Amino acid sequence: MAASVHYQIENVTKQFPMRKGTLQALDPVSLEIYQNEFVAILGTSGCGKSTLLRMLAGFTAPTTGQILSHGVPITGPGKDRGMVFQSYTLFPWMTVQKNVEYGLKQQKMEKSARAETARKYLNVVGLDGFADAYPKELSGGMKQRVAIARALAANPESLLLDEPFGALDTQTRSHMQELTLDVWRQYPKTIVMVTHDIEEAIFMADRIVVMRARPGSIKEIIDVDLPRDRDFYIKSDPAFLDYKRHINELIYEESLKLEQEALGA
Amino acid sequence: MKHPNKRVDATTSALAPQGKLSRNVYVVLAVVSFAAVFAVWALITNLGLVNADFMPTPQATVQSAIELFTEQHFLEDIRVSTYRVLMGFLISAVIAVPVGLLVGAYAPVNALIEPLMSFIRYLPATAFIPLFILWIGIDESEKIAVIIMGSLPQLLLMVAVDTQKVPHDLVEVSYTLGTKRSLVLWKVILPASLPYILDSLRMILGWAWTYVVVAEMVGASSGIGYMMIQSERMMVVGNIFVGLLAIGLLGLVFDCLFKLLDKLLFRWK
Repeated sequence: MAASVHYQIENVTKQFPMRKGTLQALDPVSLEIYQNEFVAILGTSGCGKSTLLRMLAGFTAPTTGQILSHGVPITGPGKDRGMVFQSYTLFPWMTVQKNVEYGLKQQKMEKSARAETARKYLNVVGLDGFADAYPKELSGGMKQRVAIARALAANPESLLLDEPFGALDTQTRSHMQELTLDVWRQYPKTIVMVTHDIEEAIFMADRIVVMRARPGSIKEIIDVDLPRDRDFYIKSDPAFLDYKRHINELIYEESLKLEQEALGA
Repeated sequence: MKHPNKRVDATTSALAPQGKLSRNVYVVLAVVSFAAVFAVWALITNLGLVNADFMPTPQATVQSAIELFTEQHFLEDIRVSTYRVLMGFLISAVIAVPVGLLVGAYAPVNALIEPLMSFIRYLPATAFIPLFILWIGIDESEKIAVIIMGSLPQLLLMVAVDTQKVPHDLVEVSYTLGTKRSLVLWKVILPASLPYILDSLRMILGWAWTYVVVAEMVGASSGIGYMMIQSERMMVVGNIFVGLLAIGLLGLVFDCLFKLLDKLLFRWK
């Protein structure tokens, strides 16, 4: 499979202005993400992983360097990059059906086609019976399923996931991971997911980008060489556990460094 | 009893802080408080503990009400006052809601208008009555101007705050779904903040009732406030009581209408 490059992150840095001076959130980061690849960005809090994702989304611009999508610089958010947030971002005044149709409506798709597409993706995430429910009537896991369906329905080239299962309980989280992988197999897209859950990263991703903390930068990139048709049982596979031990060590080093810095300061 | 094993949770029992109360008990207590105030009133006036020239008995107040409605066209006063309140309120809303949305959503508009309105808000609307009489005269427009002066700046600032309650994530996600920047206010921020805005409107309408009464006490020839100030001059204290009760009831009716509207419009909440 000759994979073509989707995103090129070239010497990207990010500084935030503070009251005194600036905060270096991200030291130069360079990374290529391939078409239909599943990349997880993993790190402790404050490692700049969300900042990197927000720059991919186009919400915030790099201080130096650039990010290209198919060779074209990203200058703002766009419907080619769907996003799912950790917080629940369904439009509360719309039914589940209308939420999923929203992106299609912006694309001026005709009404009946819109309804049909929405139904298809609600079916994909297993929420057939909930089209007419309002978001407040759904559980956290169901809300995130609708959010995924809504992002998918707009037919983006890639999905950006910002700790999408972070607010869910362990069981729901496991289900959502499997469901998302399942959906991704049916509808291949470039997925970039930010998480601080090591197991989640190994279970879902083709490659894991482990970040250094404060300022953020890439510590190590790990190719996850596990069968792609992963299911729940792989989480106790020896190979899986080897990855887990290794990444645990990397993350532990980083949190230790942070702790020592805090004590030294 | 439906619940044979009804137990009370220690932390949410009615007498604990943040405790809960059944709907029925709530209604009973609310009625009791109204009844208590009424009973004290009836008692001290009928027992002659207070001078009847300054506080009428409930019976005398009812008598005053009957006379006001049948002989002194009180209904017309109510109509005039309601008209002034609604006009002042509607004009305020028509300007304050869209401008408030812009102030809440766009930083430059905020910089231009928010500090100015925050200043104007502190100028008492009632202090403008002499000026408005000089400028406008003592007709309807002057009364309505006083109400607008008191309502519009407050409402505008409240709508701006309502708009800012909309989570930024909601705006960002709408961008990733292809919403144009020029349409985000219309498609996301407005619908998301509408319930808050309706609540602000409800509160402002209550304030408008205060301003209309004050406006009608100076240079007016009709309205509930006018009737009350006239009754004061003629020492007809029963009429003043009827005026107070009428304003309280009208306020309550409009409040209930707003709450009904909220239930009808925002089932999704």
